[in-house]
Amino acid sequence: MKKKNFNIIISGIGGQGLITITKILAKAALIDGFDVKTSELHGLSQRGGSVETAIRFGSKVDSPLIRQGGADLIISLELQEALRACYYASKDSKTMFLINDFVKSIPGTKKPDKSQVLKQLKGFSNKIALVPATNICKKELNKEVLAGIYLISLAVLKGLIPLKAFSVLKAAKKIVPDKYLELNLQTFQLAQSYTLSI
Amino acid sequence: MEEILSGKTGEKIILLGNNAIVRGALESGVQFVSTYPGTPASEVGNTFFRIAEEAGIYFEYSTNEKVALEAGAGASFSGLKTLVAMKNFGLNVASDFLIPLCYSGIKGEMVILVADDPNCWSSAQSEENTRGFANLAHIPILEPSDSQECKDFTKLGFELSKKFKIPVMIRETTRVALQASPVRLARIVKAKGKAKFIKDPHQFSTMPPRVLEMKNELLEKIEEMRKISEKSPLNQIKGRLRSEKMGIITSGVSYLYVKEALKELNLKMPVFKLGFFNPLPEKKIQKFIKKLKKVLIVEELEPYLEKETERLSKNINPKLQIWGKNVLPVTGELKPEYVISALAKFANTKPKFNFKSHLRKFKKLEIEKRFPQLCSNCPYWLIFSTVKKLAPKGTIFGGEIGCYMLAAYPPHKMQDYLFCMGSSAGIAHGIKKATNQKVIAFVGDSSFFHAGIPALINTISNKSDPLIIIMDNRTTAMTGQQPHPGAPAKGEEIKIEDIVRALGVKYVKTIDPINVKEFEQTIKEFLEKKEVSVIIARRACIRI
Ligand SMILES: Cc1ncc(C[n+]2csc(CCOP(=O)(O)OP(=O)(O)O)c2C)c(N)n1
Repeated sequence: MKKKNFNIIISGIGGQGLITITKILAKAALIDGFDVKTSELHGLSQRGGSVETAIRFGSKVDSPLIRQGGADLIISLELQEALRACYYASKDSKTMFLINDFVKSIPGTKKPDKSQVLKQLKGFSNKIALVPATNICKKELNKEVLAGIYLISLAVLKGLIPLKAFSVLKAAKKIVPDKYLELNLQTFQLAQSYTLSI
Repeated sequence: MEEILSGKTGEKIILLGNNAIVRGALESGVQFVSTYPGTPASEVGNTFFRIAEEAGIYFEYSTNEKVALEAGAGASFSGLKTLVAMKNFGLNVASDFLIPLCYSGIKGEMVILVADDPNCWSSAQSEENTRGFANLAHIPILEPSDSQECKDFTKLGFELSKKFKIPVMIRETTRVALQASPVRLARIVKAKGKAKFIKDPHQFSTMPPRVLEMKNELLEKIEEMRKISEKSPLNQIKGRLRSEKMGIITSGVSYLYVKEALKELNLKMPVFKLGFFNPLPEKKIQKFIKKLKKVLIVEELEPYLEKETERLSKNINPKLQIWGKNVLPVTGELKPEYVISALAKFANTKPKFNFKSHLRKFKKLEIEKRFPQLCSNCPYWLIFSTVKKLAPKGTIFGGEIGCYMLAAYPPHKMQDYLFCMGSSAGIAHGIKKATNQKVIAFVGDSSFFHAGIPALINTISNKSDPLIIIMDNRTTAMTGQQPHPGAPAKGEEIKIEDIVRALGVKYVKTIDPINVKEFEQTIKEFLEKKEVSVIIARRACIRI
């Protein structure tokens, strides 16, 4: 692992379970022996508006926030929110985008054009993967909210996050309430069979 | 058992700043905890609510922050170790009691946790900076920067409180309260001993002329505590002076951004990190700035430390260049890049990354704003659409703090004014007295108990006729569904309609907003009344 800290932004919409997946990754980082910090917001910000969390891990982490243009990985649970997260993306940092191919329309605005969004993202990063996580979770597990778990599983399994898959599973077992654990583990399994193209 | 309780001595676990405060209180042997919810302080109460019974601690959600502080003080006067938690606005409500409480001092140790919210991430109404209370109330204030410090400073807060017999404040900001990071645990202590209130009016009765003596005693205590602050490892200088004679003074989360900025810019200079905001280690600061040519003060919001540094530099280093708000914003929170850019200017260098051109590029993106919204099946949708349909054109909608303030956003846009808890009916009364316009004031159920009742009484005793709609969703929803007197976790509830009727309001109706016809009928009827009328729109929040 390089000396520099690893910086992840997770963006999405209130209610998509960002805080749980942030907690899982933080715990996994601790299990893997890293220093780690996360930053999240509660209250008004969780009411269906745009939300983002930050996770940083490495040998020593100071700031809980990631600086502008400083993300290594951006996991976006919604297409338009990936654009908002461009604040943290840059070619200098070789930011990787892992994006849920899912649009939650904003009332009073027109549906975004996917190719247009991708074109705009390319100004900030050359590494973009679009994954239909919501569709897969809906189809296979009948639960859209698992999309976040699916994406972090995929990110860890495909080496986009330098954490051990085993540690992420171990962390999930401690954080996810018992009654949902089985579904979360199934989601992890499901992510194993996905072929990621960037 | 939850990790926060079961975690063993020496173990390292990840805790939110707020939960580290909880653990710090547990390790100090806290016995009595009271709070009123408010983001970003809510998790302190939420966690105690879950664990108090198991931990053998008394916990309550009080009716409002003033009552929470008074309850905590009563317990402390009886000898108990006490924690009271609230957000910044809560301290305003509690301040009428806080100020004399600092005069009298306490018996059992008392820590008051207050969380500020720079950038108003989870706050309406104002970007309040609690640091102002240092001079207003002469209360000691400690400012942690991460979760480990949240725990350590809480414990130190209890120790200082014990030694000086006054309450000690821990001031967090959002990025500390909701920052999760590893914390090394120590042993949880169970306090023993029976509580007893021993009469001592000399201490507990703040009457003149004694009250002026008390003020002097408090000021002396603060000066005594300053000696501890001068020597405390909480106020620490890291790094040594170099030929450029530059240095930084900072505290709280800003310190973490400073560390990040120094690394990013590959700079080295001494950093004075303050853990005490009040009392400041004045001599130590003077010693630090005496040898400097330039100092950069990195702090969020108003320039308190900057002004203090200016004052302290006068006699010992009048030529000192003091930088701070000339390169950092007064409004909004700090971000690492702001501190990197400020420090680069200060040190006459350039960041490797071009923040300006990156920002320009980012601002060119076409991104639609996504407003916060009511949950898709929230009963408030029905309330707002029905009211909007029936209210005559020009009706003024009085708003307030809670999920119902989301009515301000599209598609409703039904919020003609919005201030603090309890104010919607208070202002409605004034408008009704001044004009003949129609006013409908919305009040949440938790807000009604918190501060709405005196406003309602005022419309009755001073005779005005707004329509007040109490949004009874059976919970304190916005802050995370905490119970309140009208919907307690256990025991008998206090019925809002009983209170309203007992006050003499004639037109009161409790309606399930799903019964649209009845709701419509009542709104129409009540809007014609020549005295105050109240609709209690009752349907539970979908999250409980
Ligand atoms: C003095 C003060 N204390 C706490 C808060 C935090 N706060 C914001 S909204 C809210 C909830 C109010 O609950 P309720 O009136 O029941 O409305 P709901 O959210 O359920 O619609 C609270 C406690 C505040 N803004 N001001």
